[in-house]
Amino acid sequence: MKRFSCEVLVDVVTAYLDHELAEPDRDRFEDHLRACEGCARYVGQFRATVGALGELPPQETLSAPTRHRLLAAFRASRRTRS
Amino acid sequence: MGLPPDDVVVAALRTGDEAMFVTLLDTWSRGMLRLARSYVSTNDSAEEVVQDTWLAVIGAIDGFEGRSSVKTWVYRILINTAKKRQLRESRTVPWSSAFERDGEQGLDGSRFHDADSPSPGQWKQFPAAWPAPEGEILASEARIQIAAALAELPVRQRAVITLRDVEGCTSEEVCEILDISQSNQRVLLHRARTAVRGRLEDYFDTVRRSA
Ligand SMILES: [Zn+2]
Repeated sequence: MKRFSCEVLVDVVTAYLDHELAEPDRDRFEDHLRACEGCARYVGQFRATVGALGELPPQETLSAPTRHRLLAAFRASRRTRS
Repeated sequence: MGLPPDDVVVAALRTGDEAMFVTLLDTWSRGMLRLARSYVSTNDSAEEVVQDTWLAVIGAIDGFEGRSSVKTWVYRILINTAKKRQLRESRTVPWSSAFERDGEQGLDGSRFHDADSPSPGQWKQFPAAWPAPEGEILASEARIQIAAALAELPVRQRAVITLRDVEGCTSEEVCEILDISQSNQRVLLHRARTAVRGRLEDYFDTVRRSA
């Protein structure tokens, strides 16, 4: 197989990061990154994006009334069983 | 955060251990709300989906057979509940036909030289450098851009990237929760990440130009 083009490389970044590229492709991917400033930058930005997604501030949780309702439902369901 | 093993969790729930129920509720509900929001149009609807999911879990815990992890089981119930709700709202295209839309995304091919050029498939112009990752990508405005990019994704891409990258699930968990194949999961995740990176790129371009 021939060397990755940049256009092909950007399509397999997720497969690469997930260790799903077979070894020859993995080596080709890394060889390309060492030789190509554009792709190295692109993959760096891709990784930074994935990292930033994992650092998003936490979502608000359930409202207090919903939480109380669920706890009451849990309590009630166990009572009817025993 | 350290939940006990599944068999301990299930046994505790079956005997009515409220502390265990509260622990699960408080550990998973935020992530469940975020995922539910991929399917329904308001935070209130998402809260109802999560509530209905927990009610279903309470009703079904005695029948849980342990064929998947408890978390995967709860999340699968969430997805089913959310999809039903979504159909009722018919806010977006149905799940089954969302795939066509997914197929059109990816990095714009016009950024690379054509096949008949001397350097086919290479960048016409390198992507512009971003500010140092640790600094400004995490700045609040960039986070707003990321949240907006997520909100605009097709529903399946949004569900996959939310589970994998925001909530930190493994690809195996995502496949099981969403009932999709490994390769399908990867394609959806890759398109979603490409879209979010593109959004940040546009944002940093704008910042640079106005500086
Ligand atoms: Zn390249």
